[in-house]
Amino acid sequence: MSPESMTLFSPQLAARFDGLVEKYPVRRSALVPMLLYAQDEVGYLSDAVIDEVAQRIGITPLDVRNVATYYSMLRFRPVGKFNVQVCTNISCMLRGAYDLYERFQEELGIGQKGVTADGVFSLEEVECIGACCWGPAIQINYDFIDELTPEHVPGILIAYRGKAKTEGTVPHA
Amino acid sequence: MPRLVSHPDEVKIVTSRFGKGAAAIDRYIELGGYESAKKAVEQGSEWIINELKASNLRGRGGAGFPTGLKWSFVPKQAEKPKYVLVNGDESEPGTCKDHLIFLHDPHSVIEGTIIAGLAIGAKTGFIYLRGEYRYLLEIVEKAVADAYAKGFLGKNIFGSESEFQIITQTGAGAYEVGEESALMESLEGKRGVPRIKPPFPAVVGLYGGPTIINNAETIATVPHVIAMGAEAYAAVGTPRNGGTRLFCLSGHVERPGVYELPMGYNLKKMIYEVGGGVRGGRKLKAVVPGGSSTPVLLPEEIENLGMDFDQVGKAGSMLGSGGVVVIDDQTCIVEFALRTISFYQHESCGWCIPCREGTDWLKKSLTRFHAGFGVAKDIDNIQYLAENMMGRTFCPLGDAAAMPTLGFVKKFRKEFEDHLNGQPCPFAKHVELALI
Repeated sequence: MSPESMTLFSPQLAARFDGLVEKYPVRRSALVPMLLYAQDEVGYLSDAVIDEVAQRIGITPLDVRNVATYYSMLRFRPVGKFNVQVCTNISCMLRGAYDLYERFQEELGIGQKGVTADGVFSLEEVECIGACCWGPAIQINYDFIDELTPEHVPGILIAYRGKAKTEGTVPHA
Repeated sequence: MPRLVSHPDEVKIVTSRFGKGAAAIDRYIELGGYESAKKAVEQGSEWIINELKASNLRGRGGAGFPTGLKWSFVPKQAEKPKYVLVNGDESEPGTCKDHLIFLHDPHSVIEGTIIAGLAIGAKTGFIYLRGEYRYLLEIVEKAVADAYAKGFLGKNIFGSESEFQIITQTGAGAYEVGEESALMESLEGKRGVPRIKPPFPAVVGLYGGPTIINNAETIATVPHVIAMGAEAYAAVGTPRNGGTRLFCLSGHVERPGVYELPMGYNLKKMIYEVGGGVRGGRKLKAVVPGGSSTPVLLPEEIENLGMDFDQVGKAGSMLGSGGVVVIDDQTCIVEFALRTISFYQHESCGWCIPCREGTDWLKKSLTRFHAGFGVAKDIDNIQYLAENMMGRTFCPLGDAAAMPTLGFVKKFRKEFEDHLNGQPCPFAKHVELALI
C-alpha cells in the first residue's frame, strides 16, 4: 500500500504504523497498539479502519475484529470528543464514586455510554484504572483526574468544554 | 497527579528515587542508576541468579513465587530466542504501585529488565503497560530512547559484548491480560485468553521461546538488590520474604497512599499508624489485604498479622498485589461483594465455562440479593457456586472471583441474612462519603 494515496490515517500515523509492524519479531504483535492508536485519531474502529489495519498486518478483517472485541478500550461506535470514564471499582466506590458518577450523569444529561448532543462528551462507568490510592478517580480520554468529589464535576466540564471550543468538536482531532 | 505520601516507618528502597526527577536519565545516573546493570554485565548470569535467590525476593504480582528460582528454570541452551516480559498491566482493583514506579522511576524498570536479560541470556525484553496508562507509556518510551542513546541498550551494552533491546507495548483494556500466559497472547496480537500449562513460559513462552514474566515492581526491585547486596536486602524483610513491599493503602483510611514498608509489617499498625486510622473516626469493619482477589479479613484477624506471603497465607488470605483496601462499619458488605464480582464478571475472558458462567450467576444472584429479593437459599447457592469455580479454570481468574466471594459469605453471613424478607439494605443506597 502506498501510504500517501491509500491510507485513512494522517501521514504521521501512517508512518508510525509502517515502523510499528517492523518493530516486533512478528508483524501481528503490532495489532493491539495499532488499533488503539488508530482509534485515538479516528475516534472509533470503523469498518474502514479495521480493513486498513488488517491489510497492514496481513490478516483478515474478521481476525482483527475477533481480537478487537476482546479489549474494553476498543470501540466500534463514535464517542464524544472527551470520553469521561468514571471508575466505580471498590477503592473508588468506598470513597464516593457512585455519587460522582451520578453527578456526571446529571450534569451531562446522559447515562452509561451516552454521548451529548453536541458531541463534546461521552460518559462511561469503568473498571479499576489504577488510581486506587487517589480515589475516586476518573479518566477523560487519557488524562487522570483524582481525589474528586461531586462538587468538582461542573468545573471539570467547563474546563473541557473550553478545550473543545478552542480545538473544535471533531472527535479526537 | 497521584500524590506521594511518606511515613517514618517506611524503608525506601524501590521508592528511594520517587519525587526526585529520576525519570530523566542523567538524574537517574546521578542517583546511582545503571551501576547495578554494569555490575551484572561484569559478573554474569550465574552470579545474578544466585544473588536473586539469596535475596528472597518474591514475585510482586500476587503469587509470590521466588524470583531467582523462576529465572533459574530457563534452559541455558534454547533453539528459539529467549525473552524477558515485564508485566505492567496493573489492573487488580486496589493496586496502583506500578503507576508510581513508571511515573517516578521508569529507568529502574529498564535497568531491571536488562539485568533479567543478562541472567537468562535473552537479547530482547518487552515492557507491557495497560492501555489506560498512556501518559506513563510515553514516559517509559522516552526513558528507553534515552537508554539507547547512552549505549545502555542496543549492541555492546555498557561497552561489553552483550546486546539487549527493549520493546514497549500498550494493552487496550483487559484485566485478564495481567495473567502471564494471557499477557503473552496479547503481545502476540491475539485475544488475551490463557494458555494451558505445562509447558510453562520458562520453557515455551512468547513466540515459543523461553520467557520469564515478572511484575513491574519485581523488576524495579532487581537493581536495588544488586546495589545493596542480596543479604542486606533479605535482612529488611522476614524469613523467606525478602525486602520491602509497596503497599497501596486505599478505601476508608485517613491517609491513603502507596507506602513502602518492610515485609512482615503489622497490618493493624499499617492501617492505624501509617494510614492514620479509619476515616472520620469510624470503626474498622473489614480489610481486603492484597487486592480484590484476596479473601477479606476481620478486625480480630489482623491484630498480630505480619504482612508477608506466608503469614497472610496462614491467616486464610493472600498478600497478593499489595492492595490494602480498608472498609469501615458503615459499608454494606453485600454491595461490596456485588461490586467485586461485577468486576470479575466483566473481566472473565469466557475461555473456561466455570469462570464465565460462575461469575455471571454470582453477579445475578448478588444483584437480586442486594436489591432485597433474595431468599435464604441464595446464600448457600452463592457459596456453592463459588466453591465449584475454585480450581476448575485454566488461569487464576476463576479462583480470584470465587475466593473473595466465599470470604464475604462465610464471614458476613449475618449481614447477608439481614437483607432477607424484603428488608431494605441496612446501609445507604450507596456507600456514603464519611462524615468529616
